[in-house]
Amino acid sequence: MTTSVHQLDDGAWLSVNDSREVNVSDLWWLARQDFCDCEMADFLAEGFVEIGVDHPDVEGRVAGQCIACGESGVTDWVTLGRVVDPDEGEFYAVDPTSVHVPERRRRLARPAES
Amino acid sequence: MASKVEGWKDEVYGEEVRDHLFRFAEEGWSAIPDEEHDAWFERFKWWGLYHQRKGQESYFMMRVGTPNGRMTPEQLRVVGEIARDYATGPVDNPEFGDAYCDWTTRQSIQMHWIQLQDVPEIFEKLEAHGLSTIQACGDSWRNIVGSPMAGRDADEHIDAWPVIKELNETFKGNDDHSNLPRKWKVAVTGDTRGSGQAEINDLGFEPATKDGRKGFNVTVGGGLSRKEPRFARDIDVFVTPDTLPDVAGGLSALFRDNGDRDDRFNARIKFLVDEWGTEKLRRVLQEEYVDFELPSAGENLREGYTYNSGRSDETGDYVGVHDQVDGQNFVGLSVLVGRMGAEDVIELADLAEKYGSELVGLTQRQNIVVADIADEDLDEFLAEDLLEHYSPDPHPFMRGSIACTGTEYCSLSIVETKNRMVRYARWLKNNVELPEGLTDFHIHLSGCTASCAQPQIADISLRGMKTRKDGEPVEAFDIGLGGGLGENPQFADWVEMRVAADEVPGYIENLLGIYEERRDEGESFREFIARHTDDELNGLAEPEETSYEDPYLGNTKLTWYPYADDSDMDAAPTPADD
Ligand code: HEM
Ligand code: SF4
Ligand SMILES: [Zn+2]
Repeated sequence: MTTSVHQLDDGAWLSVNDSREVNVSDLWWLARQDFCDCEMADFLAEGFVEIGVDHPDVEGRVAGQCIACGESGVTDWVTLGRVVDPDEGEFYAVDPTSVHVPERRRRLARPAES
Repeated sequence: MASKVEGWKDEVYGEEVRDHLFRFAEEGWSAIPDEEHDAWFERFKWWGLYHQRKGQESYFMMRVGTPNGRMTPEQLRVVGEIARDYATGPVDNPEFGDAYCDWTTRQSIQMHWIQLQDVPEIFEKLEAHGLSTIQACGDSWRNIVGSPMAGRDADEHIDAWPVIKELNETFKGNDDHSNLPRKWKVAVTGDTRGSGQAEINDLGFEPATKDGRKGFNVTVGGGLSRKEPRFARDIDVFVTPDTLPDVAGGLSALFRDNGDRDDRFNARIKFLVDEWGTEKLRRVLQEEYVDFELPSAGENLREGYTYNSGRSDETGDYVGVHDQVDGQNFVGLSVLVGRMGAEDVIELADLAEKYGSELVGLTQRQNIVVADIADEDLDEFLAEDLLEHYSPDPHPFMRGSIACTGTEYCSLSIVETKNRMVRYARWLKNNVELPEGLTDFHIHLSGCTASCAQPQIADISLRGMKTRKDGEPVEAFDIGLGGGLGENPQFADWVEMRVAADEVPGYIENLLGIYEERRDEGESFREFIARHTDDELNGLAEPEETSYEDPYLGNTKLTWYPYADDSDMDAAPTPADD
């Protein structure tokens, strides 16, 4: 089974295999990032802009703002969780309160659906 | 590639969703396959059912669309009874108790905790009394808004009610217009106040005169959502009540055929107007969608608009006692944040009937108006106990406060909204000296950028945010100033960002102090803000902790219900019927 991902409610939810999994409006710590000038962005996620799968990771580019400096925009790709066994389809979300590192690369295993 | 939602809509959408809804009601919540939840929830919206947020699985909010917010007292009673009998959740709300109705900013009614198995009974009861949830949410003609007192308001240019009824009958349950690229919000007003707020609707008809004939000018592409607010744009067309339905249908069809179905972010007609401009829009409308020559716009009445206009001379919000054309009176009652207990709704319906009223109406300021009170009954009506709470002469902080649904039920929300607004208003009333002469002061509080409480068009605009306080994430607001409609509509400037929710009342207190000190003679709050530059407004007043206490400062989003004793997500009730 391929992992199906999409966003719902105007980007408020990441849905994985037709189950709502990750919601916006949490604060994420982003390290090693170009989003703003802070060493660590204290990023308020406001909406999923693009979603993709790079097995086993489910990743997204997220619109929002750094509440430390006020910079707003869209992040590079951030891992939102993983589907360890695609046949089972079980999704494990990352913990938003830990530190995340956005990546710039991008070759999607499967094109993003909107 | 068409969006996921468009794919679901292609399979099943519109009227036929009802059969499925009834099947699921019969078979129970668990009959909806897990992997089809999102698809069915999207489709249910067309019939006015919106699934509540995470932690409240199997419960729905239900919206009843009442054109112009109008009901008979009997219909109002039916709504109150449905709320009483079906809209009770597992836990009480500390401000509002166990069953209540929300009067919404688009003159609709919203109830919560509705379960699928009750839907057929509720629909039957609604429909037996001429009410319906049809197209209350979803991608089609939403509830038509306008003056709740059309045909009665003595300050009226033209009675728009007959044509609004015609639109409602034509475009609800109309297969040609039931699947649009996105929501389609229509306002039609013939009053002189500007109460339709056509400026923020996809399609607006506003009072105008041309060659001595009364009718409407047409505007297209307004809306507030996301961070992309637009005022509707004048497309230079005048219509009479006779030609209005054809133009409305033409524009709806134009949107159906030309709106963006690939990207829901870009789907509202406001973006098509951005892309095409008004001239092309008018040309395509003329060439492809109507079969008569469109006359150019008439003379508008904007200069006299008083509704949400920030004027110091007149308020225009229907609250209080007003003259009707037939010599009777309508009485507008303030309902703080639009939420009214079910028993109170029933009592008000009884009162209205007792006084011979044939009409009650909801306003976009979340208030309720009772029409047809005779002069000789007026004093007695005003002395009724119920009007102590729902006052025709409310304190300005109570009168002007609006709030959206928020984290209590809404999956998009960042913060708690209605209860917090109640607490703000109460604290302001008890602690802040009103600047002399301030009779109207609008605070609009929205939980996220979707802007359901119309935050950008208020004196004080509050939009849900997060910030950190002593290292911990707390609920917060971006604060905007200077928005409003009226002759020259203006969106708020966002001047204070990420203010912790417990420092907002202190900010408002400080700002009002500065206004009182520095205003010019007779200057309204909005006028005072308008003569300052962005730079001057930034930091004009300081956010501050005060005696105000905020019980919802933590992350209400992470609870299953913010007011439950055990509000932990893991304590959520299991889905209803199984
Ligand atoms: C895609 C998500 C949503 C968007 C973009 C959105 C946007 C809006 C906007 C802009 C309005 C304001 C009035 C206007 O401009 O005329 C509105 C009205 C409203 N919204 Fe939302 N909203 C969304 C989802 C929700 C949800 C999830 C809820 C509650 C559970 C909700 C509750 C309301 C209510 C109660 C109103 C009052 C108006 C009515 O009767 O239609 N909205 N919405
Ligand atoms: S403004 Fe946001 S939080 Fe408030 S009801 Fe609308 S979608 Fe929900
Ligand atoms: Zn930063």
